[in-house]
Amino acid sequence: MKRRTRNATQSLAFFLLTICCLLIVVPVIAIIVYVATQGGGTISWQFLSEFPKNQAREGGIFPALLGSFYLMIGVVLFALPIGLLAAIYLHEYAKQNPLTRLINLSIVNLAGVPSIVFGLFGLSFFVLLLKMGSSLLAASLTLSCLVLPVVVTASREALAAVPNSYREGSLALGATKWQTIRKVVLPQAWPGILTGLVLAVSRAAGETAPLLVIGAAFSPILPNSPLSQFNAIPYHLYVVATQIPKMPKQIQWGIILVLLTMVVLFNLTAIILRIQLRARKRRWGL
Amino acid sequence: MMLDFSVKMKTESISLFYDKTEALKKISLAIPAHQITAIIGPSGCGKSSFLRLFNRMNDLIWKARVTGQVYLDAVPLYDPKIDVVELRKRVGMVFQKPNPFPMSIFENIAFGPRVHGCHDKAKLDEIVERCCLRAALWDEVKDKLRDSAFALSGGQQQRLCIARVLAVDPEVILLDEPCSALDPASTMRIEELMQQLKSQYTIIIVTHNMQQAGRASDYTAFMLMGDLIEFSSTKEVFTSPKDKRTEDYITGRWG
Repeated sequence: MKRRTRNATQSLAFFLLTICCLLIVVPVIAIIVYVATQGGGTISWQFLSEFPKNQAREGGIFPALLGSFYLMIGVVLFALPIGLLAAIYLHEYAKQNPLTRLINLSIVNLAGVPSIVFGLFGLSFFVLLLKMGSSLLAASLTLSCLVLPVVVTASREALAAVPNSYREGSLALGATKWQTIRKVVLPQAWPGILTGLVLAVSRAAGETAPLLVIGAAFSPILPNSPLSQFNAIPYHLYVVATQIPKMPKQIQWGIILVLLTMVVLFNLTAIILRIQLRARKRRWGL
Repeated sequence: MMLDFSVKMKTESISLFYDKTEALKKISLAIPAHQITAIIGPSGCGKSSFLRLFNRMNDLIWKARVTGQVYLDAVPLYDPKIDVVELRKRVGMVFQKPNPFPMSIFENIAFGPRVHGCHDKAKLDEIVERCCLRAALWDEVKDKLRDSAFALSGGQQQRLCIARVLAVDPEVILLDEPCSALDPASTMRIEELMQQLKSQYTIIIVTHNMQQAGRASDYTAFMLMGDLIEFSSTKEVFTSPKDKRTEDYITGRWG
């Protein structure tokens, strides 16, 4: 009797655990499938490559797509070097002292700051104070600040995963600290750093609030310099979904599908990088 | 005790502190040139920490502090003006666990010459071959220099690490329990190798294996709790130790 209740409890627990897992997976799949079926019909080469017409009720999304692309390049250009160098300093050089503790605390807190706050910071600092205007440059810098904690944390973890015996071996051969980092540590840490970077870019790609504050432009004009006005997919979607009357539904679904595809692609890249890292480690017999 | 040899390195009342603990207590020891000096003692006696003073690897440990002086020939190593990078080129080190880099066998050995500015392909080829030959590794690796160093056995990896050290042309080689992760056959090969190398290099080896010290070294230093208890020719330490504690340790009464 007792055994039977124990078994029943076990089955019940197992059942609940399975349900919880499904509850996580099912909405993701449901969203993807629903968006794909609703928006799939809209997607065409024209939709991706043409300018919007009639207040975006017709035509394509090319300016927003290109703007998002430029923003992402900007984020990689700013967030990667700053984040990586900061991580190298914190992990390889810095000693434990009040200053580094303060820096660590700031990074943790920075990760928890709502994105609208970053937007307001970007508006007052980059757009107004540094007089960059509502430009690609200002938006890239703001988004870079937003994702810096992700890049720093991922890079630091990647550096920490490199065994210390490599560093010792290199230093004992008379390599300088910098040579050791460049030739031994970084080659090992790259896949982890890149994974973090891709996830950071993916986060930046979907952010809407900072762009709203900084002032992306809902205009069919292509940006031609870092100081140009720009549009971006999430901002385009926001305007299309809320600001324009009589907007055909399939246009909105199409944009959502494009945005979702972008984010999923980034995450897939991160996963592939991680798999390759694991495969390489195995190949090297680590 | 009167010892007659030319001195390659020596420590002068050197102490090492971790934070406030005194890990090494005013040790003075002279290392004979072109000989193999073994440092023995029970685990935790500070022998590895002591070895790491000779190429200033303790610098990497945060909160480690050194008083006293170590000399390489007449050069004081703990002089603020000393170039640590240059020092580590002259005093190479092989670690307890083989630690080849995750690169090919060739790249591992070429690493040292490259960081010191040698990029000539023919020269590097020559260095790799010469160092592999000297480390008794050439026959086993000559056909797979481009393969991963991790494909080698543990003993081969350790000989690769020795070849890697030889490639920067050091004067002294420090070996930190180089055989503790190896099987007896590989251990034998490393010991033979040490005998071949000592004509050109001064060798200091830390070992917890007394048989190894007895077999493979010319001089032996016995350490206990951060103190140097006895230093003499290996034969003397093992046959007629002066200190009771040395005798007890060597005869296996404890440790």
